[in-house]
Amino acid sequence: MNKHAPNVVPDHGAGQGTLKSYATGFILSVVVTLAAYSLVVHHVFTGWDLVFALIALALVQLLIQLIFFLHLGNESKPRWNLIVFSFMMVVVLIVAIGTLWIMDNLDYNHGHTPSETDNSIIRDELIKP
Amino acid sequence: MNNSAKTVFGFWVYIMTDCVLFASLFATFAVLHNNTYGGESARELFSLPFVLAETLILLTSSFTCGLAMLAAHRGDKVKVINWFAVTFCLGIAFLSMEMIEFTKLVHEGNSWTRSGFLTSFFTLVGTHGLHIATGLLWTVVLLVQVMRRGLTPSTVKRLTLLSLFWHFLDIVWIFIFTIVYLMGATSV
Amino acid sequence: MLGKLGLDAFHHDIIVLGGVMTMLLASLGIIALLTYTKRWKWLYKNWLTSLDPKKIGVMYIIIGLVMLLRGVADTLLLRAQQATSVGDSTGILTSDHFQQIFSAHGTIMIFFVAMGLMFGLINLIVPLQIGARDVAFPFLNSISFWLFAAGMALVNLSLIVGEFSAAGWLAYPPLSGLQYSPGVGVDYWIWSLQIAGVGSLLSGINFFVTILKMRAPGMTLMKMPMFVWSVLCSMIMVIFAFPILTATLAMLSLDRTIGTHFFTSDFGGNPMMYINLIWAWGHPEVYILVLPAFGIFSEIVATFSRKRLFGYASMVWALGAISFLSFIVWLHHFFTMGAGADVNAFFGIMTGVIAIPTGVKIFNWLFTMFRGRIKFATPMLWFLGFVVIFTIGGLAGVLMSVPAIDFQVHNSLFLVAHFHMMIVGGVLFGYFAGITYWFPKIFGFALNERLGKYAFWSWIIGFTTAFTPLYILGLMGATRRLDHYDKSLGWQGLFAVAGVGVLIILLGIGFQILQFVVSIWQRNKNLDSTGDPWNGRTLEWSTVSPAPFYNFAVTPHVTDRDQFWADKQAKTTAAKPHYEDIGMPKNTGMGIVIAGFAFIFGFAVIWHIIWLIPLALFGIIASVIIRSTDDETEYTITAAELAKLDSAHKGQPA
Repeated sequence: MNKHAPNVVPDHGAGQGTLKSYATGFILSVVVTLAAYSLVVHHVFTGWDLVFALIALALVQLLIQLIFFLHLGNESKPRWNLIVFSFMMVVVLIVAIGTLWIMDNLDYNHGHTPSETDNSIIRDELIKP
Repeated sequence: MNNSAKTVFGFWVYIMTDCVLFASLFATFAVLHNNTYGGESARELFSLPFVLAETLILLTSSFTCGLAMLAAHRGDKVKVINWFAVTFCLGIAFLSMEMIEFTKLVHEGNSWTRSGFLTSFFTLVGTHGLHIATGLLWTVVLLVQVMRRGLTPSTVKRLTLLSLFWHFLDIVWIFIFTIVYLMGATSV
Repeated sequence: MLGKLGLDAFHHDIIVLGGVMTMLLASLGIIALLTYTKRWKWLYKNWLTSLDPKKIGVMYIIIGLVMLLRGVADTLLLRAQQATSVGDSTGILTSDHFQQIFSAHGTIMIFFVAMGLMFGLINLIVPLQIGARDVAFPFLNSISFWLFAAGMALVNLSLIVGEFSAAGWLAYPPLSGLQYSPGVGVDYWIWSLQIAGVGSLLSGINFFVTILKMRAPGMTLMKMPMFVWSVLCSMIMVIFAFPILTATLAMLSLDRTIGTHFFTSDFGGNPMMYINLIWAWGHPEVYILVLPAFGIFSEIVATFSRKRLFGYASMVWALGAISFLSFIVWLHHFFTMGAGADVNAFFGIMTGVIAIPTGVKIFNWLFTMFRGRIKFATPMLWFLGFVVIFTIGGLAGVLMSVPAIDFQVHNSLFLVAHFHMMIVGGVLFGYFAGITYWFPKIFGFALNERLGKYAFWSWIIGFTTAFTPLYILGLMGATRRLDHYDKSLGWQGLFAVAGVGVLIILLGIGFQILQFVVSIWQRNKNLDSTGDPWNGRTLEWSTVSPAPFYNFAVTPHVTDRDQFWADKQAKTTAAKPHYEDIGMPKNTGMGIVIAGFAFIFGFAVIWHIIWLIPLALFGIIASVIIRSTDDETEYTITAAELAKLDSAHKGQPA
């Protein structure tokens, strides 16, 4: 452990930034944040359109910060950071989407008046009388 | 494979696990967010301008953290300490605002015991806040080490880990801002 | 002052007192032995504070095997109850006690036996197999082990002070919520798992980085031993599944302490969310456990068939496929909980699909044996037993992957028989095989073969006898976790047969204990003088036995899969080794300290000793900060010292 070399910068494999990249990332993030805020406050979209717009903006800002602040993809091969990140995204999507699908589906067989339940089952499962 | 690179990679992997932890809390919030049990909903409870201010403060702190790391790689000890101090102050401001919001909610009867919605809100946002607090403590400890020992490979490595952590927390906040506050305000 | 803790926490019935007495007497015996032989300092310096993964691995395995005894004791009580509690008789246990026993049984077997043996073998063998000296983060490794030990301590403490959970090994709400389980049992369950779970997560990160970044030069991924591949995939699953457990346990704990409404039946909680999340972790968990066992079998089958493993690339593919698929099947644990046909069908099909890569692996092992020169040593017998039992249990699993069939047998003894065949036949047999196979490498002498064979045969005969009746009972309608049933059902005979089976398993365990005792007694007659007692193929066999603390004096250079085997065939004479200075981690007790504070934290939350909670938390944080100020965590062995050590180990003149 060389603790007496004050200006030695370790090569830690992950990318490093520049003033330009941090400043660009910061400004872009502020813009996207204000855009999302404006969409809501000025009621530009409603319902599912709004959801998709907000999610899209969030994903854009995620990418901005991943690239400009976390330097993802800047590393030398093999890009283990990127690979592990991708695995994580897959798992997160599976757990999140799976959970929403499952939890919403648990009242499939009940929850409304009996005829409403019957009708939705008949419709979903294409039961012909 | 040098030690620093190994440690930074290992810490990155830990951050990936923290992402899955937050994803579980997000999924829970998504499932419970309409369960207000007769109480007020997100639209009635949250002040968007207030949250926007919090968001911009945290975002700025992520930027100043980046500036601090640039200084670290240049070997500029004074700038490192200064920029991390700014980051720290911005982090304290963020946490204070969050405490104000939480206290107000609790005082008006909307604590985590009120409903499934509020339970999941306080836990998700509170867990993020706990992570921020941990980051602030870590900043203090590291700054003391930098002041004492200067910018050695070891301290720069640790600062790198802290900066990864801090950027990650800002990214998680993007999703809290979007999903909890923005979508909540429109009662989607 | 002491929260909910009072003298009534020590009131127990006679059977629990029996367990407590056994535990205390055994502990006192060990303390007495250490004091009499004056080995406290030796224990502390050479084992407890060691950062050598081989030492840590042995400690994991010791805890795993001891907890196996406790789990089997639970089994005996459960079988005795179910064989006798018929009609007018209520057996030997109260209902509440019975429920605590099956909850403890499952919890201990999965979290402390299976995980313990798994991390033990991983610690012992992975660095050796990749030609490394240590893991990526040695101190983190120590923390992981001691957190595991702290979790184990909490589970065992629940026997003495208070009670354990009666809500099953997964503690479903609302039963596990505050309203229906107001005692400390579920809290003991939560905190022993939460603490041990953090240890597992940290180990997942540690071994993932170790395998990716510390392989010997020339060992590309596709040249790694299969055991290492299986561990890599298992650790990836740990990394992505365990945070879900951490979050879910935390949420249940919040419900039970500060009045949140995650999983309550009222105030907008949703108990099904717990079941969804816990199984999103729980299903990957069982693959986390079985994949390293598969890896062990790959090593053993190749070695004892004296033949290269058949289909290496397809084995790697199969591991990857199983790992991915394990994340998209979890709903099959709750097909009956209300989901519609489309959701059930998706998860049912995915569950059936996961049998395909598993089948690929089984066939590859059989193809490896084909035209090999098979040696039926004990490890190979465990493999053959595994093939039979795991295949039968797996077929039962494929049956249940069809939702319509599962509706009939869900939570019946049919299910119980299935998962026991997977976990015992797959995981446990695999780890028994691994312990037998690698024992000489770690300790320098082999285990007694004859007793090993007696143990295997007792286990397989006993296990089959214990679980075949359960398939039949399940199809007859017997549900799981029954502490009493009517005489007219005609089930008692089958339960009695199952009870006899467990007694035969107990005989097998007796043989295993005897095997350890006799082998240690006769160790000088069974010394492994070559380091390669089985004519092995992978790098760990290239060192002396027991392997030196630094594993390899000179880092090996790899060009082939099964490099050691290639070297032996080519009869390459070892060139004069070129030594260099190496850095090794210093011993430290900080892992024990941190885990000790974690134990106190858990205890304080369980018993609501409010003032102790922040104190314990402060202790953890302070210890971490103090450790971070320590600059001198490594020491150097010079090339000259290394040369001397190496010659001494090889029995050569310096």
